[in-house]
Amino acid sequence: MGIDKPYLDVPGTTIFDADQSRRGYWLNQFCMSLMSAENRERFKHDEAAYLDEWAMTADQKQAVLDRDMNRMIALGGNIYFLAKIGATDGKSFQQMAASMTGMSEDEYRDMMVAGGRSPDGNRFVHESDDPQRRPTAPGASS
Amino acid sequence: MSARISASVYTSHVPAIGVALDLGRTDEPYWRPLFDGYEPAKEWFRAHTPDVIILVYNDHATTFSLDIIPTFAIGTAAAYPVADEGWGPRPVPDVVGHPELASHVAYSVIQQDFDLTIVNRLAVDHGLTVPLSLMCGQPSAWPCPVIPFPVNVVHYPIPSGQRCFDLGQAIRRAVESYDDDLDVQIWGTGGMSHQLQGPRAGLINREFDQSFLDELIAAPTELAKKPHIDYIREAGSEGIELVMWLIARGAMSDLAGGAPPSVRHRFYHVPASNTAVGNLILENRDPGERR
Repeated sequence: MGIDKPYLDVPGTTIFDADQSRRGYWLNQFCMSLMSAENRERFKHDEAAYLDEWAMTADQKQAVLDRDMNRMIALGGNIYFLAKIGATDGKSFQQMAASMTGMSEDEYRDMMVAGGRSPDGNRFVHESDDPQRRPTAPGASS
Repeated sequence: MSARISASVYTSHVPAIGVALDLGRTDEPYWRPLFDGYEPAKEWFRAHTPDVIILVYNDHATTFSLDIIPTFAIGTAAAYPVADEGWGPRPVPDVVGHPELASHVAYSVIQQDFDLTIVNRLAVDHGLTVPLSLMCGQPSAWPCPVIPFPVNVVHYPIPSGQRCFDLGQAIRRAVESYDDDLDVQIWGTGGMSHQLQGPRAGLINREFDQSFLDELIAAPTELAKKPHIDYIREAGSEGIELVMWLIARGAMSDLAGGAPPSVRHRFYHVPASNTAVGNLILENRDPGERR
């Protein structure tokens, strides 16, 4: 019997469970290394060479080089680990979050100031045709 | 006299709040309402500074990587450095611990069948320092010792709300069996509704958050039964941090036959960066009185 995963039915959301953790082990451990200033410098100096020091898949390395946060999460990354990449780049959590929503930083910030994304229409996968592309903005359904 | 828990404090621990404080942006229009909202809490804290704070929070891939993931941990060290989370360490004081009380709580709670992980080397991140900054301002030294109590809410499986609530009750019994006259507060941090990842990032649910606060005050025993999926669906994937508030709530004396706590402060604000911010102070009505 497998692990019950009721959260697979939540749109636009990846829960960091044991399967994701196994998939993303080295991606996340690479991120941890960016907590030292010396490693941040080495990474910035030659990103590809630094990534080659880690037992990551080619897809994971490419997702890091592309700074494709959704892809990194699909490949087992966890947001708190990935945040170390954002910090190295001088990005805030808000900028990182915005990059995953298909909105510009300004649009995302405005949405938050207006009260954030409504849960209405965003609770179940079936509520939206394509939750990966069409997150519901505030006021759209409430 | 023995030690006793006099009050519990609940607050979000958004990293951007720390950045705003550290860069002197608290007067900006974006931040002003939030920091104004914490003023009564700071005032209360100045008048009710305890001897020790047990601070329940989660480590955000700072001390605990994927190598070791303790479900519940307790810091028993004399001091804790402020972590470099990737931006450099926050310019705030190191945290002074209370090894004697922490060791006693670890012993007592483990004897009560909660298998805590004992940690002596622990760099504390925004999960612990932002609540201190919000409640204490920017002193050159924190006003009292702090016992860090990290909970895993990042890597599933994570503990249930019920387990957290029961653990809080064990912590209260542990504190009350400590043979020294200490005024102890327990803080539950994290939340409220927020999601930091994926296309659903930015989710905020005021209705959920306000009901959570209502139930935390008046019906915590029922609130403890809320399953994880309800937090994820209604309060966002990172809203799950709210289970940590149940640890602090479980430590209040009404759950051991005392009077219901009095609400000394309640504040709610959207947004701080990606997050809904909540702050609540509950005081036991009979501090110091043995049951």
